[in-house]
Amino acid sequence: MTPHFGLPEFGFLLRGLQWTVLLTLVAFAGGCTAGLAVALLRTCGHRSVEWITRIYIGIFQGTPLLLQLFVVYYGLALTGLKLDAFVAVAIGFTVNASAFLGEIWRGAIQAVPRGQTEAAMALGLHYSSRMRDIVLPQAIRISLPATIGYLVQLIKGTSLAAIVGFIELARAGQIVSNQTFQPLLVFGVVGAMYFILCWPLSWWGSRMEARLAMAGQR
Amino acid sequence: MGYTLDFSVVWHAMPALLWGCVGTLSLALAGMTLAMIIGVAGVAARDSKAAWLRALVIGFVEIVRNTPFLVQIFFLFFALPLIGLKLNPTATAIIALGVNGGAYAIEIIRGGVQSIHKGQVEAGYALGLHKGQVFRFIVLKPALRAIYPSLTGQFIMLTLTSSICSAVSAYELTSVAQRIESDTFRSFEVYFSVTFLYLAISWMLMLGFALVSHRFFSYPTR
Repeated sequence: MTPHFGLPEFGFLLRGLQWTVLLTLVAFAGGCTAGLAVALLRTCGHRSVEWITRIYIGIFQGTPLLLQLFVVYYGLALTGLKLDAFVAVAIGFTVNASAFLGEIWRGAIQAVPRGQTEAAMALGLHYSSRMRDIVLPQAIRISLPATIGYLVQLIKGTSLAAIVGFIELARAGQIVSNQTFQPLLVFGVVGAMYFILCWPLSWWGSRMEARLAMAGQR
Repeated sequence: MGYTLDFSVVWHAMPALLWGCVGTLSLALAGMTLAMIIGVAGVAARDSKAAWLRALVIGFVEIVRNTPFLVQIFFLFFALPLIGLKLNPTATAIIALGVNGGAYAIEIIRGGVQSIHKGQVEAGYALGLHKGQVFRFIVLKPALRAIYPSLTGQFIMLTLTSSICSAVSAYELTSVAQRIESDTFRSFEVYFSVTFLYLAISWMLMLGFALVSHRFFSYPTR
């Protein structure tokens, strides 16, 4: 007898949704930290360092997320460390996020008018206070719509953890679909769950973008 | 026991992998063609007089852009047979890529059309150009130039996204890699090398698109 899609199945999907959210949060937090380092290195003024970070970013932008995940997942397995599947995929998404957020914030840092940096230098502020107190607060404002856009990409991207076997929302959907033989209903519900997660963020991001564009016109 | 990397399996499988690259590019090209058709039709419908049609397009774009491609392709994989389309995995993948890319194409093309100022068209008529000339030189070429970077970027994105089509075992690079992996158990070596094949593909595409842009769109704007 095959079970129908009922409350237990829905509960299973919800537990998958929890893992999707947790994976996103961990990867986003890690990616923000590492991404800030990438952005600062990318704009540090040393030719060779800037080139290395540029290539780092280029590799992540020019290859599929799925393959990045495979390489990190199987690469970590080779090191002999017995890592939990969650830790392995979280590291994969974090590395990806560091490159994409690094590039977004690189653009934002460079979009802050040069006069701000010059004025800070004229006032005798050293690098860390110049960045922390003058440039980064303005850069964060500029970068917010794109950062939210990437967060949506990340939520959608975590579905690829399903392919390496980690049970998050998409994988939970596959399992329930195989049990109940109701793929359309199951994947419809799964899609709706992702939509409920992503759509408010997308909406917020594009509204903020419109507002920033208007502020720029003034 | 230490693990010794052995890339010779990748070297032996290179012909199959290169055919996989061809598969990936064909998949992306077919998907992009479908996406452009959906994009143009969507833009026309997006600005039509019928409110339900406009709502349909907006809903389509929002749903596609806010759900993962993996879920979309699974859904289509089971939904298409129900509407009588019994297709092989590769054809299903093309439709999924086309639908996904189409939603993004609608936004891109719409932006390009809106970038043409009405006064430009009127100026064209005032200069005595006939309708075809106005469309070709005043609407089409500047609009194409305006959307060229986003559209080519979208094509590269679609090429990378096509790797997910391996989940329904469509014929492309990642599914070829998965087959080689299950034959040789050299997961890291295979996927590491294939990642760089993708990098080569996207860098070649970028270079090609830059050359085309230089040849056709490098004229002064004002």
